[in-house]
Amino acid sequence: MDLSLLPDGGMGWLDASGPNSDVVLSTRIRLARNIEGYAFTGRARDGERLRVLAQTRQAVEGVQSLSGAVTYRIDELPPTDRALLHERHLVSKELAGLDPQHPLRSGAAVVLGEHVGLMINEEDHLRLQALRSGFALNEAYADLDRLDRELGARLPYSYHNEFGFLTACPTNVGTGMRASVLIHLPGLNLTKEISRVLTSLQQMGLTYRGLYGEGSEVVGNFLQISNQTTLGRSEEDLLDLLLRVVRHVVAQEEEARRVLLRDAGYIIEDKLWRAYGTLRYARSLTFDEAMKYLSGVRLAVGLKLISGLSVYTLNKLLIFSQAAHLASAEGRPLTESETNLARARYVRKALDEEAGSVG
Amino acid sequence: MICDDCRERDAVVNYTAVKDNNVVQLHLCEQCASERGVETTVSTLPKHPLGEFLNQVQQQLIASPSDGTKCNFCGATMADFRATGRWGCARCYTQFENGIRELLRRVHGHSRHIGHTYRAPQNETLERSAVLGELRERLRRAVDNEQFEQAAELRDRIKGME
Repeated sequence: MDLSLLPDGGMGWLDASGPNSDVVLSTRIRLARNIEGYAFTGRARDGERLRVLAQTRQAVEGVQSLSGAVTYRIDELPPTDRALLHERHLVSKELAGLDPQHPLRSGAAVVLGEHVGLMINEEDHLRLQALRSGFALNEAYADLDRLDRELGARLPYSYHNEFGFLTACPTNVGTGMRASVLIHLPGLNLTKEISRVLTSLQQMGLTYRGLYGEGSEVVGNFLQISNQTTLGRSEEDLLDLLLRVVRHVVAQEEEARRVLLRDAGYIIEDKLWRAYGTLRYARSLTFDEAMKYLSGVRLAVGLKLISGLSVYTLNKLLIFSQAAHLASAEGRPLTESETNLARARYVRKALDEEAGSVG
Repeated sequence: MICDDCRERDAVVNYTAVKDNNVVQLHLCEQCASERGVETTVSTLPKHPLGEFLNQVQQQLIASPSDGTKCNFCGATMADFRATGRWGCARCYTQFENGIRELLRRVHGHSRHIGHTYRAPQNETLERSAVLGELRERLRRAVDNEQFEQAAELRDRIKGME
């Protein structure tokens, strides 16, 4: 599958160009929308889902926000390609048909433009999403709101005067909006402050998940922080809350990093260089190991203990060291041990290319 | 992943400690972590606090009088909702309105939408968009077939409509 056809290769959000990108990797906002006249995806018949797809594709034609976008019929892709799109965070596990509870649905598709996209026949008929590098909630929402207005003028959304935008799951009804920030918090983990921070997040009406959203584990100190409720507060209020809280978490992470450097400077420096050494020379790496050491090296770059290594390279390693990407690069399916060997090889090569300037 | 201490239970805690000037990282199960005095509240929080909560609410709705009612659009019942946690269609929101209001209050703390309002496009708009779509398709074909005069005319019509 050639993902280079995508407007930014589907990688724009990883380029570390956005604000606070040493702590915040990316900002993602999605809106759940359904189209009038069809049962929700889970209850719809194949024919209905195909009509949802056809009607949406026709509407997308005239949408400026999606000009130049690429459409993939997920239901016509082999499992390896679906896994590739999922690993790149471009489609959800459910849409990719990789979730055992939700087999691949006919009519599943994704439209990928620059900064914005659209999943079709996910849990809701439409999941509009915006993705930005770094901490950029307002910019992402501006893109998404524009797409929503354009699309909503061409498709009749299901909307209720009292309950707002209607969704399959009652946890999404109202604004249908989930805004989330992918954040790296190794400092707060090392200083053992993380429990306290996460507990207070929940008291503020926010929630957190792992790298791959709902149900995914927290690995490598990467978390997604998002609003928990979608009803009874305006989009602007929800965004403002997330903005203020994440700003505070970023400040706390930066403070934790300062404290670590001040109180345990040489221990931290040694630990992080060891992480770099492992990635540079290991011959076999599991996914969890790779994430753990990449987390360490990312922290070292943020603390300026390691220079000459770009955050973009590290972000790319997060994506390209995953199983489907490795299998795709090797051009064949890999067993688990082959995957671990291929991962170590890939990481070594990527770090080797920048090794001359690392110090 | 198995707990590094007991080697029996699944590890749920990533434990990092400084020991003799070495940073050690252990994967521990909840019991072993708490034996080491680690606060495990974070890892033991349910993965979907909302999902669990929803379950409880759904349990309470079991005896709801609307249980036998079927949605007149998609045929879904409250039993379907309890099994899947999902409504069948937009109409279900009206069909099961009373139960839903209470459910939403428990889930969101509110039952009324505050935020962007929406009006579905009128048929005229949809028709216009369909006509525009067709004109664009004809324009593409005209350009492909190098029928430039026709293409120019189509382009003007599209511009006029936009």
